[in-house]
Amino acid sequence: MPLLKNSAFVADEWVHLDDDTALADANRVTVSFARLQKDWDTLAKFPGVLGVRLPNTVRATDLMPYLSQLGLIVLSFPGFNDGRAYSLARQLRLDGYQSELRATGNVLPDQFQFMRQVGIDSVEVTERFPLDVWQRASRQMSLSYQRGLFHPVDEREVWSERHQGFAAWEEQPHAG
Amino acid sequence: MYRYDEFDHQFVKERTAQFRDQADRRLKGELTEDDFRPLRLMSGFYLQLHAYMLRVAVPYGTLSSRQMRQLGMIADKYDRGYGHFTTRQNIQYNWIKLEDTADILQALAEVEMHAIQTSGNCIRNVTTDHWAGAAADEIADPRPVGELLRQWSSLHPEFSFLPRKFKIAVTGAPNDRAAIKVHDIGLRLHKNDKKEVGWEVMVGGGQGRTPMIAVTVRDFLPEKELVAYLEAIMRVYNLYGRRDNKYKARIKILVHEIGAEKFRAEVESEYLRHPQQTTEVETRELARIAAYFAEPKYEKLSRFVPAFEEAKRGNPDFARWVKNNTAAHKRDGYTIVNISLKAAGEIPGDATGEQMRVMADLAEAYSFDELRVSHAQNIVLAHVKLADVFTIWQKLGEHGLAAANYGLTGDIIACPGLDYCALATARSIPIAQSISRKFADYTRQEEIGNIKINISGCINACGHHHVGHIGILGLDKKGEEYYQITLGGSSSENASIGTILGPGFAGHEVPDAIDKILNTYVKLRAPHEEFLATYRRVGATPFKEALYATA
Repeated sequence: MPLLKNSAFVADEWVHLDDDTALADANRVTVSFARLQKDWDTLAKFPGVLGVRLPNTVRATDLMPYLSQLGLIVLSFPGFNDGRAYSLARQLRLDGYQSELRATGNVLPDQFQFMRQVGIDSVEVTERFPLDVWQRASRQMSLSYQRGLFHPVDEREVWSERHQGFAAWEEQPHAG
Repeated sequence: MYRYDEFDHQFVKERTAQFRDQADRRLKGELTEDDFRPLRLMSGFYLQLHAYMLRVAVPYGTLSSRQMRQLGMIADKYDRGYGHFTTRQNIQYNWIKLEDTADILQALAEVEMHAIQTSGNCIRNVTTDHWAGAAADEIADPRPVGELLRQWSSLHPEFSFLPRKFKIAVTGAPNDRAAIKVHDIGLRLHKNDKKEVGWEVMVGGGQGRTPMIAVTVRDFLPEKELVAYLEAIMRVYNLYGRRDNKYKARIKILVHEIGAEKFRAEVESEYLRHPQQTTEVETRELARIAAYFAEPKYEKLSRFVPAFEEAKRGNPDFARWVKNNTAAHKRDGYTIVNISLKAAGEIPGDATGEQMRVMADLAEAYSFDELRVSHAQNIVLAHVKLADVFTIWQKLGEHGLAAANYGLTGDIIACPGLDYCALATARSIPIAQSISRKFADYTRQEEIGNIKINISGCINACGHHHVGHIGILGLDKKGEEYYQITLGGSSSENASIGTILGPGFAGHEVPDAIDKILNTYVKLRAPHEEFLATYRRVGATPFKEALYATA
């Protein structure tokens, strides 16, 4: 399946291991979340970069111990109407995860913008839609009302634009 | 009322273009119907029994005259000359052609309206008290927060593919006219001991096939924290709400299954997990919006208006309409005019394009250019001078809009039912029509007093039958429509779910059954006791006896 990243189809640099395959020589390897938990002692010594494939039923808090050592988290969208991983993505970004977040599963071009906004930066796409459809469908809204989203420079957050200057220096955290 | 700025205009414009593109791709076959379905639903288009239905959002039920005229234009040009005001304060058009859809959205955008998120598994139009800003009992106008939440929820990237649809209702008054306890989230504005304004946050109410009353998760949430806190609730629901069965996917089921305590703990822990989220911009945005809802320029008027009193003395029909259809305004010399869309034998909530224009003209001339849609499917002119009421009544009368039955037996809530809806199991409209015809006599209606009769054409309960004082649910038994009757429901601050009385009735038997129930009530009531109070005092037994004993 093509991998969409930065508005282009690119080759996948990662090797995705099933649970029975030994750690490869590869530089970048993903394992299932179950294996990550079970074999962490071994995996922690892996010299390359480690990634994890996450079912959308995992709690973000369960990922906290591993977060700083992961170079890729693959989020699962089993159906395009199953939106759990949007929240997972947002939680992981709020928790401070800064490496690649990838979506896999049944994903429509019309959803890519939402995905990008919650911090997902690559998508494994089906071959049903050509690249230009992905590019066009994912850039149709130049504004969002919500704040704290991930945007290219030419997309703007309405509330932040309206109250420019306050966001940076005057804000107080909420009661938490 | 709120006016779009350049950003709001741009947002709706881009969204309209996006839908045009999606519809084009569907027509070219690039999108399958399965792909297109969730996309068109997020833009308000349903495929119904006979045609596409378009549901237009009326945010927090408030409309300008110009917007109401445009709704009338759409009714005339793209539908069959009428529209249907819904129990969610929206309007829907039942005879829309696919090829007209993008043009209609364009026409809506011209008057600062849209159909974004009027369907689909996302946050729907935020509803509120139809007397907001005018009611004598109000603490503060809840509509600025309604607008804040409209913006916050519009194309929210995280919450556009929820387990199921999501409805938020807001009230700023202690007397709940917005049915907040039967919404996914209900918000009640109130003041604490320090006179600070905050929210009671209720979650997990709902109707449908599993009706439930919402539970309170926060007694007093500081006003500025609302958006951040709602994000936490929505995230917990999005992550843990059931997706295996669409009939168990609403947040009420999650709250019920894990328990209110566990749910509250989940929300609080999610809320406290990310305190780096800030609230200052939201506070400033709310203040910016609130300026649009500043009080209209009321005149200083006397509470006693001789000409008005004179008109009532000289015209008993007018006096009756005033008594039944107006409500206390917070300012002396003003009143709230409730226009009933329930004339005897008519379809509840329907208005013709011409009627919409008449109401728009009246609002422009006499009510600060503003109208409301109520969840009971009526229209409200919220700030009318007593001195103008007689003129308004006369004008309404010329257009079949002066029914004097607001809040009475004829003021029935009904969903579109099997006449339009693809989900319905029975017709609702003819039942409402036959009841309102049977009780057309105003003297009889006034003798009965305030009563809410609500009719749904299937268990999804769009007609709010669970919370009707008398609820009527249309079902299908081996190809025959029949109707179950419930008693004792309420959507007010003392919310309750009605109880099924006994075996159902054929459609033609329903008006007689309602008659027997109401006669029983009139016989049993204490002086000044309303239906619901009597029912709660005496219980179901006398009503059952009246309905079934001799049958």
